[in-house]
Amino acid sequence: MTVYLDYAATAPLRKEVFECYAEHLQNLGNPSSVHSTGQKIRRALEEARESVARSVDCNRSEVIFTAGGTESDNLAIKGLYWQRNSEEIVRPLIVSSGTEHHASIDPMEWLQNHDGAEIVWLPVDYQGIIDFDFFEKFLEENHQRVALVNLMWANNETGVVTDMAKVVAIAKKFDIPVHSDAIAAFGHIPVSFSNSGLSTMSISAHKVGGPVGAGALIVSRSTKLVSIIHGGGQERGMRSGTMNAPVAKAFALAAELAVAELETETKRLSALRDRLVQGVLALSPLAHHTARDSKRMPHNAHFTFEGCSGDSLLFLLDQQGVCVSVGSACQAGVNGPSHVLVAMGRTEREALGCIRMTLGKESTDADIDAVLAALPKALDGAARAGLTS
Amino acid sequence: MKVLAAMSGGVDSAVAAARAVEAGHEVVGVHLALSRMPGTLRTGSRGCCTIEDSMDAQRAANVIGIPYYVWDFSERFKLEVVDDFISEYEAGRTPNPCMRCNERIKFAALLEKGLALGFDAVCTGHYASILSDDEGNLELHRSMALAKDQSYVLGVLTAEQLQHSMFPLGHTASKDLIRAEAAERGLSVAAKPDSYDICFIPEGDTQDWLADRLGNTTGEIVDMQGNVLGEHKGAHGFTVGQRKGLQLGRPAVDGKPRYVLAVDVKTNKVVVGPQQALAVVELTGNKFTWCGKPKENPEVLFPAHVQVRAHGEQVACEVAVVDGAMVIRCDEPIYGVAPGQTAVIYLGTRVLAQTTIDYTVSAVDSFSTASASIGSSVNGAV
Repeated sequence: MTVYLDYAATAPLRKEVFECYAEHLQNLGNPSSVHSTGQKIRRALEEARESVARSVDCNRSEVIFTAGGTESDNLAIKGLYWQRNSEEIVRPLIVSSGTEHHASIDPMEWLQNHDGAEIVWLPVDYQGIIDFDFFEKFLEENHQRVALVNLMWANNETGVVTDMAKVVAIAKKFDIPVHSDAIAAFGHIPVSFSNSGLSTMSISAHKVGGPVGAGALIVSRSTKLVSIIHGGGQERGMRSGTMNAPVAKAFALAAELAVAELETETKRLSALRDRLVQGVLALSPLAHHTARDSKRMPHNAHFTFEGCSGDSLLFLLDQQGVCVSVGSACQAGVNGPSHVLVAMGRTEREALGCIRMTLGKESTDADIDAVLAALPKALDGAARAGLTS
Repeated sequence: MKVLAAMSGGVDSAVAAARAVEAGHEVVGVHLALSRMPGTLRTGSRGCCTIEDSMDAQRAANVIGIPYYVWDFSERFKLEVVDDFISEYEAGRTPNPCMRCNERIKFAALLEKGLALGFDAVCTGHYASILSDDEGNLELHRSMALAKDQSYVLGVLTAEQLQHSMFPLGHTASKDLIRAEAAERGLSVAAKPDSYDICFIPEGDTQDWLADRLGNTTGEIVDMQGNVLGEHKGAHGFTVGQRKGLQLGRPAVDGKPRYVLAVDVKTNKVVVGPQQALAVVELTGNKFTWCGKPKENPEVLFPAHVQVRAHGEQVACEVAVVDGAMVIRCDEPIYGVAPGQTAVIYLGTRVLAQTTIDYTVSAVDSFSTASASIGSSVNGAV
């Protein structure tokens, strides 16, 4: 039996969502076609758009469907950067944090390497919180040269939640647009785009029980973006390409269900998570609960294990049927030290020994029992194997 | 047994893993990430450890039906293999990084980790055989496919490491048979080109790569009498026995090709001369290891064969351990041996021992006496 504790990597496709997806896949039509068959499928697409808008609390026209979270982050970061530098003023600075996801870091670094951008990495403390005093002071002194602020709503690895209201309040003083990657946060903690004051925000379907390959960038009505994909001018001209009604429908339903169940799931998952954290800490003095003093997402438990390498732990848990995740996997599947933990002041050796466990809709007490039963053997072996990287 | 199959993404390790499964072992495939910044694709036989190789290994593991993981050994690889490679060249020696990798990564770091995680053995696609003597001692032997034999690079294995090693390809007569078997098994790496170059030098140009790390200081190319024949752009990267790339412009007086005889990194001089001057009759290594059971009374001169490079010929010799060092007297001269290279001692097909060469003695006295400083360089006293 497999115990799946990696919901933050991807959540299982919900049965209702699968049925909705399958049903709409059978419908003929291109939403851009003018004839009645096209209009019918357009209607489904726009229903989905309205539904997603309700789920993230924004205006329907603010929902730009994309093929996923990475695309959304690319569009927001590059689009805002180019837009803000299309006027007469030169604004090379992007203010961000080293704890961001690679979908966010890599577009910024691309702009730095190819287009004259300069990334300002905000200091982050041991608990994963950015230095707000530094942030405010930096903007006071440099706001004329800042293109955008880019900070994630909740961290995908550690589960630490950013005080977005505070971020936006500071940035607004200087009229600087803020993008937030809310891919990890959405569906797990309350997210209201209209109350946030954000310019753009990324969300993804497969993190909330929808299909992979579906996401959205929420772009406020007052925000202009330079498009990065050119073609037929779909999605407010920001994202060309034939619009995908079945996937939008499935995404919308998954989002709707996640938001509807958020309150009850938060209670249920926090209780499971707390049991997991206490159990792990009781098992080994080598275990450290990451960012335990910070506000964290209810379904995330993140640990470092002294003297153990994450890939040993992952292997030994996997051998016992428990799926967890380590650091940040690059495309070769190599688990280097987590850049998030390094940004939070851990050494590379500490950052090599981390494990993330994330819970979701189908997680139960039995899963917690199973992982707590499997961990002693895994910790024992991993400690013996040590840190060979 | 629980077997950890090291899978490079090539055809040999894929077939080795498949054979281990067929032999009834519980096999897990693991790809060693030796760089944190892997290249995306391979170019022909150039380089390895790219993302493409990792994907090929994963695909092979899927086809064989075994679990697959990527383990990061990049830090250890950099310290033990890449840095060693650079510092050996810096000292004017010629290292063998594949040997270091076997010694310190595959059959050390990986094996140790595997044992700690509950495995019994590491399986690789090397062409070599492990046999047992009458008393049950394990011995490493040449592969049946002599053209592909890789026992040389495994010469560093100790008795303890042999206990936990598995080379399922050793009894196969040729690489073609392995490729055919891979195709039959539906492994898409069946026709993948072999990798020849040093894996961490993806462009394949060792001299350029070393120049980037050790700098380029122009120096003299001299003959054995000390006459200046030309200029080089950095002594590092020249290898004793090397003939190409000297760019001397004019031929030797006798019209014969000139070879690198010595690299003197202290004076930044490269000494060149005729092929006869490369002839070496004695090798000494201060550090040596026995591969499997040690030879009894090794201080008494015994007949054996010696091989000094991965795909070189073996030469008959006599060996003895003298004052803790391994001394090898060759029955006939061998050419182009440099300090830093590994000499592997064979008894028949069995690998008996290995040593990293520290000193060489030239076959031709007249060359040794050519000049004091050059003579000592030729003899490898660096």
